[in-house]
Amino acid sequence: MEVDAKKVMRDFAVADVRPMGTYALLEMEGDLPEGIMPGQFVQIEIADSKTTYLRRPISICNVENGRLWLLVRDAGAGTHKLVEARKGDRFNIIMPLGHGFTVPAGKDTRILLAGGGVGVAPLLYLAKTLHDGGICPDIVLGARSKADVLLREEFERYGRLHISTDDGSDGTPGLITANPAWDKEFDAVAVCGPTPMMRAVASICAGRGIPCEVSLENMMACGLGACLCCVEDTKDKGNVCVCTDGPVFNINKLKWQL
Amino acid sequence: MATLNVNIGGLELANPVLTASGTFGYGEEFADLTDINALGGIIVKGTTLAPRQGNPAPRMAETPSGMLNAVGLQNKGVDYFIEHIYPRIAERFSSEIIVNVAGSTIDDYTEVCRRLAPLPRIRAVEINISCPNVKQGGMAFGTTTDGAAEVTRAVRAAWPKTLIMKLSPNVTSIVDIAKAVEAEGADSVSLINTLMGMAIDVKRRRPMLSTITGGLSGPAVKPVAVRMVWQVAKAVGIPVIGLGGISDTNDALEFIMAGATAIEVGTAGFVNPRAAEEIALGLAAYCEENGLKSISEIRGII
Ligand SMILES: Cc1cc2nc3c(=O)[nH]c(=O)nc-3n(C[C@H](O)[C@H](O)[C@H](O)COP(=O)(O)OP(=O)(O)OC[C@H]3O[C@@H](n4cnc5c(N)ncnc54)[C@H](O)[C@@H]3O)c2cc1C
Ligand SMILES: Cc1cc2nc3c(=O)[nH]c(=O)nc-3n(C[C@H](O)[C@H](O)[C@H](O)COP(=O)(O)O)c2cc1C
Ligand code: FES
Repeated sequence: MEVDAKKVMRDFAVADVRPMGTYALLEMEGDLPEGIMPGQFVQIEIADSKTTYLRRPISICNVENGRLWLLVRDAGAGTHKLVEARKGDRFNIIMPLGHGFTVPAGKDTRILLAGGGVGVAPLLYLAKTLHDGGICPDIVLGARSKADVLLREEFERYGRLHISTDDGSDGTPGLITANPAWDKEFDAVAVCGPTPMMRAVASICAGRGIPCEVSLENMMACGLGACLCCVEDTKDKGNVCVCTDGPVFNINKLKWQL
Repeated sequence: MATLNVNIGGLELANPVLTASGTFGYGEEFADLTDINALGGIIVKGTTLAPRQGNPAPRMAETPSGMLNAVGLQNKGVDYFIEHIYPRIAERFSSEIIVNVAGSTIDDYTEVCRRLAPLPRIRAVEINISCPNVKQGGMAFGTTTDGAAEVTRAVRAAWPKTLIMKLSPNVTSIVDIAKAVEAEGADSVSLINTLMGMAIDVKRRRPMLSTITGGLSGPAVKPVAVRMVWQVAKAVGIPVIGLGGISDTNDALEFIMAGATAIEVGTAGFVNPRAAEEIALGLAAYCEENGLKSISEIRGII
């Protein structure tokens, strides 16, 4: 078994903010720990607010030039503060947390990354890691319309990009499961997005016998495996913590009805 | 140097700071982030005779300055603890290790205690008669003086070392319950466990928790906890361990002034994993600044 990287708790400063409507990409500067794996997440403190007492779990979107990228969707009080953050604002972060995606060793592995909404976040660092390892992944991103496609240029750098939009304003109209990207053969699929999307992708993979990893977003308190609030039921081990055994799981382990 | 040593019914602690059961795992989960050995001790997750899967998700809902939980005592059972977890943490940590024990029958409690008794590093148990999250989960015992007395009497006969009874705040008179367990030979009482609460997702028109109701913890419960500790400390002769919403040194001092001999840090550790360690350092600094020879000088001064 791989040894987990040591967790750290440190302040990070916002070095750059890229607003994108209800989303924002934050580039954070600080003393980054070693050994961050794609699919891992951080617990970020939203200080001075009684409605956001607990930290918020946010995926590691990328690690580049010594900066930590977080892609945040304004979903409530806590994420709103992050989306509104300005250059120089400081946030306390615990990282790296959880168990990420499998990074295949074989350079000729055919892998598809499927993402929708803010779920594209962890896939960017996965795409980059695969690219750095000599693998060119296929990437299919789903969005409502052209304007909602997140991080397009970044994804294009690391793989073959396919787009699906609900209104057909970009790429193929309809859901990502209808994208022609699926016409190819794949050895592995990684998916992160709204649950119905992950289910749809998982059932395609089940039908074709392709190993599929999903990234879950259960409600978390500690993010450290201590409180047992974030559990997901599994076939072999019963209730396990999404924050330590996950957030990434092989779909075969979960009790999802596909 | 002032002394932070305290004695909880025979159990010597290097300082009065403990971690609350169910909020600190087995210490290992926090070990990268804080120095476990700087604490007086850790209290591990509620341990039952048989393994328990706990309640279905969702088990957590955030509420103003706190949270509701409905974990339902998920744990791998006492035998797994003894075989797999205890050897690891006993070797790794030098601070005291206290086991929180839960059960649905009297025999459950006594049997878990009997199995733990031979472990040299477990010098105290904290008996949870106050979990609001399982039907037969102890709170049934903890809400009547007769029930609390009955569990205490049985466990006292099975457990020769320090016996701490953890009390529920979901009662009419916590003082009566505290007196009842003291009369049956408890060495100490700890309070409070979570306050029974509930939250509704108005948009989905559904309860936030799978179990509908759950246990409230965090800063929101602190004033209730301070009041209960103050009342109980005045009424019993055994040491009181105070908890409920403690986040920093100032909070810990409030509980000590209200009469607590030791304190536990719970939910605050989710936000600041170093909270307990910082409180231990903060109490030492407070004694220094105020010329106290011992932290006991301010205990129960209110
Ligand atoms: C492992 C993990 C990775 C995540 N990665 C990202 C990311 O990269 N970018 C991003 O924008 N969001 C991410 N999320 C979701 C994010 O944590 C929640 O949107 C956030 O906690 C909501 O907090 P809030 O204060 O903004 O809203 P609140 O007012 O607290 O909640 C608003 C809505 O969000 C839901 N929510 C609350 N907590 C969570 C949670 N832990 N998971 C899912 N939904 C939640 C609530 O049910 C509610 O409907 C991730 C969640 C997890 C568990
Ligand atoms: C997620 C969670 C799990 C808990 N599990 C237990 C438990 O197993 N046994 C127990 O006696 N108390 C348990 N508690 C209660 C705490 O130990 C403590 O009494 C309560 O949270 C109040 O303290 P706090 O406000 O500092 O958290 C749990 C609390 C939380 C939040
Ligand atoms: S969030 Fe606490 S155990 Fe996963």
